[in-house]
Amino acid sequence: MTISPDLDRRFREAALALELVDLGFDVVESPIGPLFVAASHRGLASISFDARPEAHLEKLARVAGPRVLRSPKSVDATRLELDEYFEGRRRAFDLTLDLRGLPAFTLSVLRELARVPYGETTTYGALAAKAGHPRAARAVGTVMNRNRIPIVLPCHRVVGADGSLVGYGGGLDIKAKLLELEGWL
Amino acid sequence: MTKMHAVPTIPPFERFYEQHRVEVMRLLRRRLGGERADDAFQETFLRALQAYGRLDHAEHLRAWVLTIARNVAIDTLRRSQPIAGPVDPPVEDERPAYEELAPLTDGLPPKERAAVVLRYGYDLPYDRIAFALDSTPAAARQAASTGVRRLRKRRNLQ
Repeated sequence: MTISPDLDRRFREAALALELVDLGFDVVESPIGPLFVAASHRGLASISFDARPEAHLEKLARVAGPRVLRSPKSVDATRLELDEYFEGRRRAFDLTLDLRGLPAFTLSVLRELARVPYGETTTYGALAAKAGHPRAARAVGTVMNRNRIPIVLPCHRVVGADGSLVGYGGGLDIKAKLLELEGWL
Repeated sequence: MTKMHAVPTIPPFERFYEQHRVEVMRLLRRRLGGERADDAFQETFLRALQAYGRLDHAEHLRAWVLTIARNVAIDTLRRSQPIAGPVDPPVEDERPAYEELAPLTDGLPPKERAAVVLRYGYDLPYDRIAFALDSTPAAARQAASTGVRRLRKRRNLQ
């Protein structure tokens, strides 16, 4: 007994159209590998280099609500902007973000991070200072490490004081590829 | 309200859907045939999704969604036979979820049977039963009590 792909698709589209979904997700193909992407009606909630949905669903449901459903349409806007970014046709994202549940310090750091321009880098210390916490470079590192929306919130543009890449949630090779795409490397 | 025992947390809907969709489809195909089963399948999971955000625990989710499916099937049959009388009680041919109550409640009208089984077989509160039956808590209570009265009467006649 199988459910036809067409019926499955119709159900998912109807659920979204009737606004019965707290969070829709899909796996988006990209030049740096498949990405897990999730969005609520408030905006983009998550991008992950770990494309396995089962690695994320429980955690996201705790923040957004239990009605979490795979739904390609719900991440269409993100898919489009990511495609443009990877093709070198987009330098800034216009997506609204769903940052529910994040503490104030994290939000203040992410707000500054979002201002780091395409093709440029900053350091953990400089970002900490801009966020009003000049001695919190290490804490800023933790915020980067836990960034729920990498690429769009460009933690790949944060490097060590000596210019070394230091670290990245998706792995240093992906950080290097993104900086290369933006012409910094 | 203090919970007396640990209850499983409500799984993300995707997981619930993946876990139960085949069984729901099997039930609907048996009762409605291929074409109508597709529409009923969509309606079943949309009803479930509608109520899902209001669930307060994750017990008996399988019984819950199968009850929704049975009700959608009944509604579908009613819609397609507008002049016919009450729908015959469906043939109970799925895996016995309500093992003890099933033979006892055999022959009750479907809504009453579902209400009795969910109330006394699974100990669900009337608001949950109302979600499953796409009805109100008062109507669910009424269906359960009418069902029980009918069973008592039947026993007295035997």
